[in-house]
Amino acid sequence: MIWALADGWTMTRRNLTHWTRRPGQVIVGLLFPVLLVLMFGFLLGGGMAVPGGGDYREYLLPGMFALTMVFGIETTFAAVAQDADRGVTDRFRSIPMARSAVVAGRNAADMLNATAGLLVMLLCGLAVGWRWHEGLASAALAVALLLWLRFAMLWVGIWLGLVSRNPELLTAVQILVWPVGFLSSAVTFPATMPAWLGAVAEWNPLSATANAARELFGNPAAGGDGWAAQHPVLLAVLWPAVLVAVFLPLAVARWQALDR
Amino acid sequence: MIHTRGLRKRYSGRVALDGLDLDVAAGTVHGLLGPNGAGKTTAVRILTTLLRPDGGTAEVAGHDVRSRPDAVRAAIGLVGQHAAVDEVLTGRQNLVMFGRLHHLGAARARARADELLDRFDLTGAGATPLAAYSGGMRRRLDLAAGMIRAPKVLFLDEPTTGLDPRGRTEVWAAVRSLVADGTTVLLTTQYLEEADQLAGRISVVDAGRVVADGSPDELKSALGGDRLDVVAADPAGVPAVRAVLAAHGEPEVDADERRVSVRVADRVAALTRAAADLDAAGVAVHDIALRRPTLDEVFLDLTAKEHA
Repeated sequence: MIWALADGWTMTRRNLTHWTRRPGQVIVGLLFPVLLVLMFGFLLGGGMAVPGGGDYREYLLPGMFALTMVFGIETTFAAVAQDADRGVTDRFRSIPMARSAVVAGRNAADMLNATAGLLVMLLCGLAVGWRWHEGLASAALAVALLLWLRFAMLWVGIWLGLVSRNPELLTAVQILVWPVGFLSSAVTFPATMPAWLGAVAEWNPLSATANAARELFGNPAAGGDGWAAQHPVLLAVLWPAVLVAVFLPLAVARWQALDR
Repeated sequence: MIHTRGLRKRYSGRVALDGLDLDVAAGTVHGLLGPNGAGKTTAVRILTTLLRPDGGTAEVAGHDVRSRPDAVRAAIGLVGQHAAVDEVLTGRQNLVMFGRLHHLGAARARARADELLDRFDLTGAGATPLAAYSGGMRRRLDLAAGMIRAPKVLFLDEPTTGLDPRGRTEVWAAVRSLVADGTTVLLTTQYLEEADQLAGRISVVDAGRVVADGSPDELKSALGGDRLDVVAADPAGVPAVRAVLAAHGEPEVDADERRVSVRVADRVAALTRAAADLDAAGVAVHDIALRRPTLDEVFLDLTAKEHA
């Protein structure tokens, strides 16, 4: 158990050292969502009218926070697929280290990365006029729900990385993240979509977290009278829980199946 | 040090190992020689606990790979076909990380990293990220990473595949220095020269089974003794040389080299007789010599029998 912690820490440090050795990549990763905020907020935002009324940028920012968490799947996928592809995973598996350490280190490093990314986005939000209106406790709960979504994405990313073992598929993951991002309430309004698409968008886990953050920060809501739109906080707790319940065992099984 | 009996493994319907029996004595370098897909890598992956066998037993350093994988992992080092080191970290950071994962203390891990960099002639490159290493340097760092805990058994899975001749020589030198310390080495290779250079004993593997076993010399002798090579002075003389040597056995002809070879059992007597016969027939000869068969010939012979 002590070794599990020590080995997990060694693996975390390895992942953190990667960032210090490739600061450019980290900075681009942190600033890309900021660029999106500027594009959506100032270039497209002029033509956006929030159905329930309110400022579009106030509406946009929680959506961008949630989208940033979903983007995190790319970081996780790339790191896991690359390790599996290069044979480093085999070396870790042939060393008498704690079996959990590879995943624990990935977890710790990616969650730290996500927290840093979210912090940058919060500051970016404050800079473009976004505010929270419901007090610190409520805002902290929103942040926790955002990181909870990132935690779920972590397991999806680990599983995908182990299944594919091909870092070149990162581009495919990056492309597929976009339809998931747009078919949600992250930057647009499900209420203005064709009814069936709007329903899908409302039930998107990304929408649940974005809408929950809007409610807890006191920002304009996406509107809609479906059950999903009416219970965003509950759904933002449940959706990631379901994803973790599905993908954590799948990832562990995949890891164990490496010896078959 | 390594013992397997009837080791079996199938992947999605294809048989990779079909009852592999292997015995490797402590302190020796044992070569697993075979063509691509013969099952060499599968055997190494099972012996290093990366893969579960479907049947049979395997014991490494006195521990069963299935029931005591952690004890096996504590006794072995693995250097696989692809350099299994972290590309982004420096050479030294890699070794310190693997040292920590082998549960050395922080100071000990750093000291060990410096020792190994020195030993594998990488001290100058310790602060360089792996991405800037040459293939030979990378493989040497990989060897160093496999040596952190001075393993009892070191597995080298095609350690020089993809290296240029210089990188290959560098890796061979590194392996020889390990052997001098008494490490047992299981080496897989498809290069006969590599097995001949490094291994004291060789198991030839084909289609998932050991088809021959012995020292390089024994394997060469097993192929029916020495060869008598005669090189004709000009291409037109080759058929005449062939006709003369046919008296000793089934000649093999390499027309491009104007060379005719035949297996002979009675070495010097055969040489004298052939020389006299060639002289009597009036055939101009450029060269005539006795030689041991090459491992290539042993290998082709053994694997050809298997597939016949």
